[in-house]
Amino acid sequence: MNLWLWLLLACLFGYAWKLLGYLVPASLLRNPRMSRIAGTMTIGLLASLTIVNAVASGQALAFDARMGALAAAGIALWFRAPFLVVVLAGAGAAAGLRMLGWS
Amino acid sequence: MKLLQSPAVRVGLSISIATGLYGISFGALGVTSGLDFWQTMALSLLLFSGGSQFAFIGVVAGGGSGVAAMGAATLLGMRNGIYGMQLNALLQPRGWRKFAAAHVTIDESTATSTGQTDPGEQKRGFWTAGIGIFVLWNVFTAVGALAGGALGDPKQWGLDGAAVAAFLGLLWPRLKGREPVAIAVVCALATVLAVPFVPAGVPILIAAFVAAAIGWFSHGRSDEGLEPDVDPYAEDHHEHRDEGPHPHAGGAAK
Repeated sequence: MNLWLWLLLACLFGYAWKLLGYLVPASLLRNPRMSRIAGTMTIGLLASLTIVNAVASGQALAFDARMGALAAAGIALWFRAPFLVVVLAGAGAAAGLRMLGWS
Repeated sequence: MKLLQSPAVRVGLSISIATGLYGISFGALGVTSGLDFWQTMALSLLLFSGGSQFAFIGVVAGGGSGVAAMGAATLLGMRNGIYGMQLNALLQPRGWRKFAAAHVTIDESTATSTGQTDPGEQKRGFWTAGIGIFVLWNVFTAVGALAGGALGDPKQWGLDGAAVAAFLGLLWPRLKGREPVAIAVVCALATVLAVPFVPAGVPILIAAFVAAAIGWFSHGRSDEGLEPDVDPYAEDHHEHRDEGPHPHAGGAAK
């Protein structure tokens, strides 16, 4: 139940950001620095989420089959594969490596 | 029929299909991260912003708390406010349309709209992509959530690897040039260093703080990182890659 609360709050804040852009006068928000922070933060968060999902296991660092998934996804993206193919490459690499015995 | 002649509508429809399809991966990862079917659906219906949704389940899957998941999702949603500002100036929606437009303001609908030069086309592009993606994204989230729930042990199918790939796939289109790559590397390093010392989920917020500090103190492009996950005008970029400095504005508007 607790998770529902945070989930719905996330939805509420997500919509609040979007609506803010429409309701606040542009002159107040037309600030290149805010726009730049929104951009750098997007890059930083996505990089962080990538690495956390690749090497974190709770509070420990682990180098397991997920590293293979990271590499496979990188290769797929390098060859301009569409998003869904990239995701499948990641899943396939992790599943394959586990089958070979690398947990 | 005439609507299908509009270049913006055609771009909007194809981007809807491309983006909607990867709702399957969100749905499957949502239920395997520990959310139930309706929690996964609530994110797609109500939060409706790919990056924020993946962030929420990514934190939960890593054992992070609900409040950390909410924090990461909310910080990633900030850019939608910037898009809202641009679109409000461009489309000037009135009354209830403002509230509807806000809900479908995401990377892809913004990119579809701002890639057009004619005001009518900008409007058609925004609404086609926004509504199209909303419908398909939710349909395919449901498909993925049902399929993911039936898979059994998610690790056996490499679904934790799929999550890693999904985040790299969301990050990749934003890494144009040396600076965004440097930001990504610094934030990834900050994350790895923080993992052993703070509770799960918090390293992501630390990285967000580092990234915001870089944005505050450095002077670069003010639209850095504000690229769509799936570029609606990728083909135009591709075709005209060697020709000139401004790849899309003209191509689609003839």
